[in-house]
Amino acid sequence: MCIIRLIQFWTCENRETIMEKNNWPPGDLVIWFFILAELLVFGVFFAAYAFTRANNVELFNEYQLHLDRNAALINTVALITSSYFVVRAVAAIRDDNSKGCFHWLLAALFMGVVFLVVKGMEYHHHFSLGINLSTNTFYMFYLSLTFFHFLHVILGMIILLAVALKARSGGYSAAEHTGVETGASYWHMVDLVWMILFPLVYVMR
Amino acid sequence: MKYESQKVAKLYFVAAIGLFVGQILFGLVMGLQYIVGDFLFPEIPFNVARMVHTNLLIVWLLFGFMGAAYYLVPEEAETELFAPWLAKLMFWIFLAAGAATILGYLLVPYATLAELTMNDLLPTMGREFLEQPTITKLGIVVVALAFLFNIGMTILKGRKTVVNLVLLMGLTGLAVFFLFSFYNPVNVVMDKYYWWWVVHLWVEGVWELILGSILAFILIKTTGVDREVIEKWLYIIVAMTLITGIIGTGHHYYWIGTPAFWQWWGSIFSAMEPIPFFMMTVYAFNMVNKRRRNHPNKAAVLWALGTAVMAFLGAGVWGFLHTLAPVNYYTHGTQITAAHGHMAFYGAYVMIVLAMISYSMPMMRGREACNSARAQSMEMWSFWLMTISIIFITLFLTGAGILQVYLQRFSDNPMPFMVVQEKITLFYWLREIAGLVFLLGLVLYIASFFVGKNEPEATVELAK
Repeated sequence: MCIIRLIQFWTCENRETIMEKNNWPPGDLVIWFFILAELLVFGVFFAAYAFTRANNVELFNEYQLHLDRNAALINTVALITSSYFVVRAVAAIRDDNSKGCFHWLLAALFMGVVFLVVKGMEYHHHFSLGINLSTNTFYMFYLSLTFFHFLHVILGMIILLAVALKARSGGYSAAEHTGVETGASYWHMVDLVWMILFPLVYVMR
Repeated sequence: MKYESQKVAKLYFVAAIGLFVGQILFGLVMGLQYIVGDFLFPEIPFNVARMVHTNLLIVWLLFGFMGAAYYLVPEEAETELFAPWLAKLMFWIFLAAGAATILGYLLVPYATLAELTMNDLLPTMGREFLEQPTITKLGIVVVALAFLFNIGMTILKGRKTVVNLVLLMGLTGLAVFFLFSFYNPVNVVMDKYYWWWVVHLWVEGVWELILGSILAFILIKTTGVDREVIEKWLYIIVAMTLITGIIGTGHHYYWIGTPAFWQWWGSIFSAMEPIPFFMMTVYAFNMVNKRRRNHPNKAAVLWALGTAVMAFLGAGVWGFLHTLAPVNYYTHGTQITAAHGHMAFYGAYVMIVLAMISYSMPMMRGREACNSARAQSMEMWSFWLMTISIIFITLFLTGAGILQVYLQRFSDNPMPFMVVQEKITLFYWLREIAGLVFLLGLVLYIASFFVGKNEPEATVELAK
């Protein structure tokens, strides 16, 4: 539905005026197509997880206990915090504060690094126990889902880094900062996916 | 046409069209052999006809891509081609190697060809689509390297545009993944595993980048829409293509002895492969709707829009049809695959090469922007004949495939392969008739290069 609405919007004639008047959607419209496509991939993955779990509840419940929920909680906090920092970065550039924008983005990137390190330690733990994609269905989903998300964190960080570097060299202003909003939108998507992944894989029983 | 050296593309395009004709003729021979098994036996056995049909397709598309790159890259980079002589030399080497290989297939038994070309030294022959003698494969590598060098140096010395960089990325990927055709492990699972790195990662990976960049170039030229808008689309199409296409390789790993997680990975990621194709359709039509001017080359615009639609249908929809593991359990290796293959190759790659030829050829033959109205009208007739007949070929093969799956694999009393083949003969007849219509379209297409030569160019008013 969202995609159809977006296409309708994209093809309507006074799109540009509506966008300018309402300042919507934030960032470049094209990134929203990308975000929706990404959400669709994750959505299908989550649905596949849910259906498979429904048929193997005991197996999933048993191996879920082997996951480190504290580490995942730290990562949840890290990503939420990073999203907050990104919001501050957008607010800063709206005040024409390039330096502030750059610093907030750096802070967000730092939280991204925290996420990668914690997740990396979890992977290290699993791999040292000889767990891999063929161990059982639960681990197949756990490793696939989290690793696919892991790659998105990296991609999101690359985007934020590019935006941060441009902000530092004064490439954005209060009048023109679409790039910052574009990067922020993508990063929030990465965060959002984790917000679903964390309860679904680590917590829900 | 802004640069003299762009003209080398003409050689490549002429050869491409010539080989295209050969491909269709052998397709018709083989289509008849599905019905009359010993047609032309022993001169051209089915396996040889099939090899020639598929190899010619690949080779002519490669000629088409190279021609497109030689035309497009100098214009985008705003500089002459680095070494036009090298492009010409490589053309003749590639053509000679290609012709010799096809003649080898036709004139001597395949095993003899393997002996003659000393396949024993580095065995790479005998695998579907990669049947070329090792020496031909080495030739392809040399041609590809010289080509990449030529294109790369041109881009380096000129303007760097997104279109050029995406094209270069696609062409480099094409060359790199071809190297896996030299890796031929004894373990048959490993063999198939890496075989797909050539076959799948070409057509569902790097070739899509080539398609995207050529389409972007034609749209920039014919619609006058801002380059920035088109480039943004190109970025996300490339990203989605790579995200879905690379792991999507898994949809070939369901039943070949690879770990079971591939059934999940392959299903989920390849189910998303239609997305970039859908984006391409939406964006092509959008750009044409938002055009700032009417380009007099209406035929080229038709091919460009046609490729956007047909690629989505053939690669996207028909691919999705049998990509999920539980479905593919029944359909793999049936006529469903053939249906998908025909429409996907035509829609995504045949049409984009023809679009580029349609756009560039008039200028390389001395016209200002386009052919006469009569030539264009004939070309558009050929567009519709070929496109509609490929749709019918696809539908007939799909019908044949569904019946085949049911009778041979799904029903309570599965029948043997050959018995089922007899039962679906009607579909093969219909497919063959549609194939003849395709040939008619191709004849008209070639004829369109020779009609209305002395008439004035079509103008925008006339083209409306």
